[in-house]
Amino acid sequence: MAVSHLQCKECKAEYPLEALYVCERCFGPLEVAYDHSRTSRDVGEWRRRIQGGPQNIWRYADFLPLAGGPPGPSGRLASRVGLPAGCTPLIRADRLAAHLGLREVWVKNDAANPTHSFKDRVVSVAVTRARELGFQTIACASTGNLANSVAAHGAALGIDSYVFIPADLEEQKVLATGVYGTRLVGVRGSYDDVNRLCTELCAERDWAFVNINLRPYYAEGSKTLAFEIAEQLGWELPDRCVVPVASGSLFTKIAAGFAEWTELGLIENPARPQPRMNGAQAEGCAPVAKAFADGHEVCRPVKPDTIAKSLAIGNPADGPYALELARRSGGSVDAVSDEEIREGIKLLAQTTGIFTETAGGVTTAVLAKLAARGDIDPDERVVLVITGEGLKTLDAVRGTFEVATIEPTLEAFEAGVAQTVAV
Amino acid sequence: MSVIVKIPTQLRAAAGGEAEAQVEGATVREVLDGLFSLHEELRGRIADEDGSLRRFVNVYVAGEDIRFLDGLATPVADGAELTILPAVAGG
Repeated sequence: MAVSHLQCKECKAEYPLEALYVCERCFGPLEVAYDHSRTSRDVGEWRRRIQGGPQNIWRYADFLPLAGGPPGPSGRLASRVGLPAGCTPLIRADRLAAHLGLREVWVKNDAANPTHSFKDRVVSVAVTRARELGFQTIACASTGNLANSVAAHGAALGIDSYVFIPADLEEQKVLATGVYGTRLVGVRGSYDDVNRLCTELCAERDWAFVNINLRPYYAEGSKTLAFEIAEQLGWELPDRCVVPVASGSLFTKIAAGFAEWTELGLIENPARPQPRMNGAQAEGCAPVAKAFADGHEVCRPVKPDTIAKSLAIGNPADGPYALELARRSGGSVDAVSDEEIREGIKLLAQTTGIFTETAGGVTTAVLAKLAARGDIDPDERVVLVITGEGLKTLDAVRGTFEVATIEPTLEAFEAGVAQTVAV
Repeated sequence: MSVIVKIPTQLRAAAGGEAEAQVEGATVREVLDGLFSLHEELRGRIADEDGSLRRFVNVYVAGEDIRFLDGLATPVADGAELTILPAVAGG
């Protein structure tokens, strides 16, 4: 495999491929480094390896941080595959585009993952690496979607899991976690409190916290979203991506995935500019959008207060990198109100048939905002990244429409419905 | 004014292997200066040349992020706990 070592994003110090996430020299984050120069594959061979792979993220195993190759019956270390993540639909959304005055909008629907969010991608990679490293227990600090995914992966692989969530999380996300038989811990406090507790706990337990000590591997899973988008577009890149921002990891890793494939020659027209990256936040938790608007290089933490709980990270770990990417790519980081989030959910549902959770409402509303502001050239090819499922945040749509209740007779239908609704 | 400073695993090698240190100080800045005088190597790891904290360092007093309080000028009560943690977790 091409995976080489861990490297500090700040001071470039190198570390072995272990459960490490912080540079001891400068406290910067560690990320995975690869060395593709040891293979002499040409573009055709790279593409054949991908297209001959399974219909899940392991088709991209050449670009993921596993020492033993993809898990599965033929894998060296793992006898059980776990949950197959990825290969979600990329849908051309002409009605949404027309509504916004744009020509070409695609929706990457990552709600179509096994636990209905993009988190299955990152957890698949982190848990597989955790097993390679010999961990017996997986854990996470979660705003909800990660909780679902870690609990489900633990169940699928038959390994113990601990899931820490804010105690006031949406009921749907709590139920869709507990059902897998995990050890579920509700912490009285915000996600940032949960994250602090888990960072302390990580030093006390020999567990693989997927988004703490396994974070360098976990984050790499998000690159598979970029790989899929490029493969589904016929080895081309979009002109622009609109992506939700919580910690900023997904946002930056999608761009990293595009850049990695461009460098390796897998992308047609490599001289074209990399996609503009637009980050989406909720006004009630917008530390990155605020720093972007203020021209700052670091984010001042906030106390979240928004219906978009899956994005409610007030102290985003990758905030500085998300800011740098938005500026470098010619994009932005914007924020929308809770009301705009509800409108965004409705807009996506009623123009594409895709029901997304509040995070997707944030992303759709930011796309609408960019279009209304004239930031998007009508000829651009835009990809909207929808990260999660509407059934997990039902409160956001409760009371937004009426149900006509009638007796089971034709007369009642004619009197109660047909007169008020165009049938 | 005696304060307990909890040292994260990643910094313990630079702190003689200690997980905690007992330091005098009435503000976060004084406590950190006290910590650095015990373990000089820690200074360069978490602070910039101008004395401010590096951007991936979180400091908490009694569980609260000092950026919600008064930053390095945040007062620290006698017997309080000051926790240093990496800011690169989560999400």
